[in-house]
Amino acid sequence: MIIKQLSVFLENKTGRLNEVTQLLGNAGINMSAFSVADTSEFGILRVIVTEPEKALLILKEADFSARLTDVVCLNSPNEPGALARALNILATENVVIEYLYAYSMDETSANIVLKPDNIEKCIEVFHAHQIDLVKASDMYKI
Amino acid sequence: MIWNEKIECAGREEMRAIQSERLKDTVQRIYHNVPSYRQKMQEAGLVPEDIKSVDDLVKLPFTLKTDLRDNYPFGLFTVPMSEIVRIHASSGTTGKPTVVGYTRKDLSTWAEMVTRALCMAGVHREDIVQVAYGYGLFTGGLGLHYGCENLGASVIPISGGNTDKQLQLMEDFGTTVIACTPSYSLHLGEELKAKGIDKSRLKLRVGIFGAEPWTENMRKEIEASLGIKAIDIYGLSEIMGPGVSCECEYQTGMHIMEDHFIPEIINPETLQPVPAGEIGELVFTTITKEGIPLIRYRTRDLTRLIYDKCECGRTLVRMEKCKGRSDDMLIIRGVNVFPSQIESVLLEMSETSPHYLIIVERDGNLDTMKLMVEVQEQFFSDEIKQLEALRKKITHRLSSTLGISVDVKLVEPKTIERTAGKAKRVIDNRKL
Repeated sequence: MIIKQLSVFLENKTGRLNEVTQLLGNAGINMSAFSVADTSEFGILRVIVTEPEKALLILKEADFSARLTDVVCLNSPNEPGALARALNILATENVVIEYLYAYSMDETSANIVLKPDNIEKCIEVFHAHQIDLVKASDMYKI
Repeated sequence: MIWNEKIECAGREEMRAIQSERLKDTVQRIYHNVPSYRQKMQEAGLVPEDIKSVDDLVKLPFTLKTDLRDNYPFGLFTVPMSEIVRIHASSGTTGKPTVVGYTRKDLSTWAEMVTRALCMAGVHREDIVQVAYGYGLFTGGLGLHYGCENLGASVIPISGGNTDKQLQLMEDFGTTVIACTPSYSLHLGEELKAKGIDKSRLKLRVGIFGAEPWTENMRKEIEASLGIKAIDIYGLSEIMGPGVSCECEYQTGMHIMEDHFIPEIINPETLQPVPAGEIGELVFTTITKEGIPLIRYRTRDLTRLIYDKCECGRTLVRMEKCKGRSDDMLIIRGVNVFPSQIESVLLEMSETSPHYLIIVERDGNLDTMKLMVEVQEQFFSDEIKQLEALRKKITHRLSSTLGISVDVKLVEPKTIERTAGKAKRVIDNRKL
């Protein structure tokens, strides 16, 4: 259930994001989810890729500060109120969300990538409420 | 007015005689009271009796800033603490500050030096002097303060910062003399303009500026913006504080208080004296100081000495404005900063690497210091709040160690240039 997300530190400089995507592309690594958080000084790229370990190695060799971060991804119906229901469960159970990003798969479903403060507890809570989590192997393949 | 004409206009031979007597006495006191310097003399095969006049000065070993650090805090004092009445400190090259102690006589010597300096600058007892140097461990504020009182001028001990209040008091109290760093005086000039205060409403006529290097162009700019005569004053806490030397109204070099400090110019590589009139590193030997006398202290300031008689009538040797440093010390808003201090803070913190780059800029007229630190894998968190917290932590640690604010910027690993030889740690974009 735990997904290894690739996180990369980026300075706010032209061309840095481009370099990362090129390095991964050249290595035949596909990206299934992608998000950039930014501040005035720097940004953090968060990306789900086909081969996280290999991607990490490639970026490190190119002197990027990168690491793998444990996240979960839940599959939710693509309909009004679906995200609210999921988040409500976490709030009730006191699971803190550090960040999340989401994307629609098609008309019927959406994936929500989530970084909770306590990942084991988060998985437990979702299980207890019969909420589907995407398997890591499935996630990397998308 | 010349405060102490007998000394300040003494003939060269007369001055040498005074210096020789006092040097012999200083060497005796240090030899018998400071074990670390006694050891240096013994290693050089010297006893105090070998020093018979100023000509023998070159035989003596040097004192370095690191000697003060190695004997931190009071190891180089030659009198018991019961005789010390004041302590000042300035930046050391690493975490520990450089500490100096003054006896009652030292303070009166210092006050007399500053009084002479003020007279050189054309200040008199009717003047109202606004001392906008920092009061505290830094010698600027208190040094100027007691010199003004000794002269009989009226002191406004406002200390540094708070520009609005500076300008208000300057106008309301009719300040005639301002003492601060040259860059701060430029800032004051700009603020005057911004507030629409016409300088004819002020009574300012003289500025006593020191604690950082400045150029002739800056002088012109300051003189025009504040409508004053800008006088350069020099000093360092290890030797005494401000007033070790000062310009007179002719502004052709700073007269050194030679009856208290013997200046030499050496080649910083060979450590040999340079031929008269050549640029080199300024070295001082204190010859009247009781608290912490220093022999052949290497200031690291580069300058030259002028022995010609000055138009003002003084014979005290003059030193030119400092041309730079023979080490990597930076002077930022009057505060001495060594790259090694920053390095030791970064090394103390487990999260950071010692790869850094200091960028100094002059923003308007105020110096700013930016520090680029590489984000290493081990402390890269993918949460923004963690990275921000790290940035704040580094900022806080540096600011409290250096005594000035630092703008910390996190950068990607390996983006700071690595060089095979001495790492380039500083980019100084200030146009001096």
